[in-house]
Amino acid sequence: MRPDSATTAHLAHHFESLEKQQHAARLGMWLFLATEVLLFTVLFAGYAVYRYLFGPDFAAASRSLATWIGLVNTVVLVTSSFTVAMGFHRISIGDGKGTRNLFFLSVLLGFVFLGFKYVEYSHHFLAGELPGRYFTSTVNAGPGAPLFWALYFLITGLHGVHVVIGMTVLAVVGWKAGRGAYSREYHVPVELAGLYWHLVDLIWIFVFPLIYLI
Amino acid sequence: MNPSPASEAGYATRNYLNLPATGLRSWLRTLDHKRIGVMFLVAVSVAFALGGFFALLIRLELLTPGPTVMDAMTYNRVFTLHGVIMIFLFMIPAIPSGFGNFLLPIMLGAKDVAFPRLNLLSFYIYLAGAAVAIWGMIHGGADTGWTFYTPYSTTTTTRVVPVLLGAFIIGFSSILTGLNFIVTTHTMRAPGMGWGRIPLFVWGIYATSIIQVLATPVLGMALLLVAVENAFGWGIFDPARGGDPVLFQHFFWFYSHPAVYIMILPAMAVISEVVCAFARKNIFGYKAIAYSSLGIAFVGFFTWGHHLFTSGQSTLTGGIFGVLTMFVGVFTAIKVFNWTATLYRGSISFKTPFAYFVGFLFFLVFGGMTGVALATLSLDVHWHDTYFVVAHFHFIMVGATVMGFLAALHYWWPKITGRMYHEGWGLVGSVLVVLGFNFTFIPQFLLGNEGMPRRYFSYPERYWALNVASTAGASVLAFGLVLVLVVILVSLRWGRAAGPNPWGSAGFEWNTPSPPPPENYHETPVFTRGPHEYHHEEPGGSPPAGPEPKA
Amino acid sequence: MNELMRRLLFLPEQASEHARQIDALHYFVIVTTMIAAAGVFLTALWFFVRYRRRKEGERTPEVQPRTIHEVLFVGVPLALFLLWFAIGFPQYARLSMPPEGAMDVYVQGKKWMWKFAYPGGPSSVDRLRVPANRPVRLLLTSRDVIHSFYVPALRIKQDALPGRYTQIWFTADKPGRYEIFCAEFCGLSHSSMIGELVVMPEADFDDWVDRQRRGLASVQDGAPVPGEEVLPGANLAEQGRRVAAEHGCLKCHTVDGTRHIGPTFTGLYGRQGRLANGKTVVADEAYLTRSMMDPAADVVQGFQNVMPTFQGKLSPPEVAAVVEYIKSLETPAAAKGPSEGPVYESVPRK
Repeated sequence: MRPDSATTAHLAHHFESLEKQQHAARLGMWLFLATEVLLFTVLFAGYAVYRYLFGPDFAAASRSLATWIGLVNTVVLVTSSFTVAMGFHRISIGDGKGTRNLFFLSVLLGFVFLGFKYVEYSHHFLAGELPGRYFTSTVNAGPGAPLFWALYFLITGLHGVHVVIGMTVLAVVGWKAGRGAYSREYHVPVELAGLYWHLVDLIWIFVFPLIYLI
Repeated sequence: MNPSPASEAGYATRNYLNLPATGLRSWLRTLDHKRIGVMFLVAVSVAFALGGFFALLIRLELLTPGPTVMDAMTYNRVFTLHGVIMIFLFMIPAIPSGFGNFLLPIMLGAKDVAFPRLNLLSFYIYLAGAAVAIWGMIHGGADTGWTFYTPYSTTTTTRVVPVLLGAFIIGFSSILTGLNFIVTTHTMRAPGMGWGRIPLFVWGIYATSIIQVLATPVLGMALLLVAVENAFGWGIFDPARGGDPVLFQHFFWFYSHPAVYIMILPAMAVISEVVCAFARKNIFGYKAIAYSSLGIAFVGFFTWGHHLFTSGQSTLTGGIFGVLTMFVGVFTAIKVFNWTATLYRGSISFKTPFAYFVGFLFFLVFGGMTGVALATLSLDVHWHDTYFVVAHFHFIMVGATVMGFLAALHYWWPKITGRMYHEGWGLVGSVLVVLGFNFTFIPQFLLGNEGMPRRYFSYPERYWALNVASTAGASVLAFGLVLVLVVILVSLRWGRAAGPNPWGSAGFEWNTPSPPPPENYHETPVFTRGPHEYHHEEPGGSPPAGPEPKA
Repeated sequence: MNELMRRLLFLPEQASEHARQIDALHYFVIVTTMIAAAGVFLTALWFFVRYRRRKEGERTPEVQPRTIHEVLFVGVPLALFLLWFAIGFPQYARLSMPPEGAMDVYVQGKKWMWKFAYPGGPSSVDRLRVPANRPVRLLLTSRDVIHSFYVPALRIKQDALPGRYTQIWFTADKPGRYEIFCAEFCGLSHSSMIGELVVMPEADFDDWVDRQRRGLASVQDGAPVPGEEVLPGANLAEQGRRVAAEHGCLKCHTVDGTRHIGPTFTGLYGRQGRLANGKTVVADEAYLTRSMMDPAADVVQGFQNVMPTFQGKLSPPEVAAVVEYIKSLETPAAAKGPSEGPVYESVPRK
């Protein structure tokens, strides 16, 4: 295969063809996403165990959460995933600027998500709904409640960290796309950034029912 | 690190050691998988020496029933350091990150791993994790044992958090390396390298990588939870706050039992190569060995509960984990039988790497059989947390894995450095190591039978004699290892040039010059035969031609 | 045969039928391991010799396995391992099924001691007395970190977990004294957390129970100092208690089994201990007397030499009284107030 000039610039010296290189990058990303899922699996498993041990306490604490915030945040994240997918579509027809705009919009939605999260967290802090030994709340103060809040903060906190990382990645890739770094032929970084954001979204899809609904 | 670039016959002067430059800076910024592999080898060897030093301190302390050279607190720190260093800094990265990095791309006919930058990053993450852990060890040190069992680890006043974080950080190094190898194996194979022609070393590393990628995040998270618990008291594993300390054991062993296979599978991978090369014989049951590696990697995820037979888990759960554990024994047995059968009608040359293979076979058979015996639940109730367990896993970890490491070191030394070590002294070293190891750990099996619990600072006097025997053996082992180091280092300066293929091996890596050029192959090779085939050549002919250059 | 194998393998005494059965499996496992290993090694050795390299550059034929080989390679070890399992699993299962009517003892692990409490009766530290030939169920828990209750002579072990109870049971059939170890690492004095299992002939155990009952009964009958164990003819011990209190002994030496500045008096008499200089001594009358007169001479390992001498401060009869007092403190419950006496019926289980 004779690589054309548009693609040779991105071909690392140790790969035979851009095709193989992109295949490698995608495979690597999927494996990385698998490790991310397993990272959260520990917390979900911990949640399941303690939910089993302290069912009523967990249910009560869960009901005390503002479901509408969780719901709005879910909608916000799903929308942002949609805009990211649109952004990926733009670059695949060669429109870098369109990708940039859509990715920046997604970052904005990420901020909206974090804003709602901030409102929720400040409420928990005021109410003393905190993990372990910091728990001071008097409502729903069963023996399992401090554990619920420990897991709540661990899961949503870790997810929040991932949101911030994802927003950073989207911002950088979007900015580069706007400057014409990617093309119709070569846009693997856009694809991978999108994949990461979808994962962040997907984890939330599990977090939301687990913590807010059941 | 950089042998004199004398232009003798057989020493490739145009090699990765002096290209693109020889300065320290060019090493620290290199993206060459071979250089990264060598740097890992140096780093893990230093860790091995450090861990070995702590092992000697342990043995010295146990020379008498009471306090010998240190107090109980120091002893608890020392055995924790020994475990943490040996497992996280030596065993897990040793063969995959060291030899795997060096050899995997060459064996696949690739110029480099798929993500060279991640590869270098992995090395620096390793160093960073090691630095954090060692900082914590110097400033207080953890006294929990490498297993960090809660609630002891969350309530102890020693400095556990940095050690936990160090292990957590090193986990990312492990993940990145594993990810890199999986992708490399999938996408970087040269033409003609179908899945049925992948060398068994690569199969072993590939299976290891799967475990590294899938299990390490779980450990990372579990260690992080302990750190949070220890530092802030969030109550996840604290029984006083409703937490379940045994849950930690489940998380911990979900990683740490597969981690045992991260340590042993690469050694098995090395042995598969060594036994073929020195018996000059095709491997008996290529598929069986390759698939059994994958089998161990898979079943290994479902055996963690055998560490909890006395923790009060249900009898049925115990039984299930017991049976699943036995499958690992079966997969291991498949390998042992196939290696032995490989010798049949071979042409066996008893060189140093082969001597380590013999040691490996001995330790693996006994280490493996005692492992299955431990999975036989009622016996485990007596042996659990005694020196029997200590002896069992040292048979696997030191016996088998370190023998694999040393076999790899001697076998690929000519490829890595372009120089031969002294064969006679190499053999002497291997005999000392194998004997010293036996003297150290066979008494520990008996101590365990007699009921001596592990992590004992002092012990009743009836255990004295066997402890003295074990310490005596440890000194022989240490002496042997120092001899090995000397023999190896001497060869860097005075060893004769090895030539591309000093062993007459059919392995693909021997088709490049020694040491290999930076790009491994001058042209992308095309593979026309399997990696362990010795029946093609003419009798008395030269080593196999291997991958033929592309026309 | 059993005795020979037991000694060859360095196994401790067998104090129960369970231990003998475990050992039988142990012998079987070891023998089959040795046979299998010998098979592999002798084959390999034969190949080493028979197929050694005779000249450089030899060619070897390609040998591939047939299906039957791999089937055997899988089938033989699997069959052997499953056989081990088939013997071992029922033994393991039996450990979690205590017989009806077993005598219950509550065991609490604590850094770094074992506390034993008989339902409704006295408790003791580091010394568990059980009758021979009667099933005993232990209900274990821990007050701090995870400990593991391990009696090598019985081949049993069970983790003691904080915040929950675990159980194990045994029927010891060989009177004697056996060590109790902590098998789960629990900190500084993990290796000193050694207790003693005293298996008494049934009659002796009943006697001991009687003695305890009578002793405690006399307390209830209105002994001068409530909470004191007054054994028949224990006037000297009572005198010793007063001496010990007057001279401040009890400020450093507890009588409830807890470790303080000095070793607890409870269960001290007759205990074997290791000294700071590595020697071991038995805390007999001579040792106790010497320790009062010259405390620095034989400091027990793990304690600081901070005790002043009582040479000249205590008269010989007072020394004898204190020694007698220490001898009387076999169990710490004595200091805990009157109790109803040991009741050895098993508590009803769910």
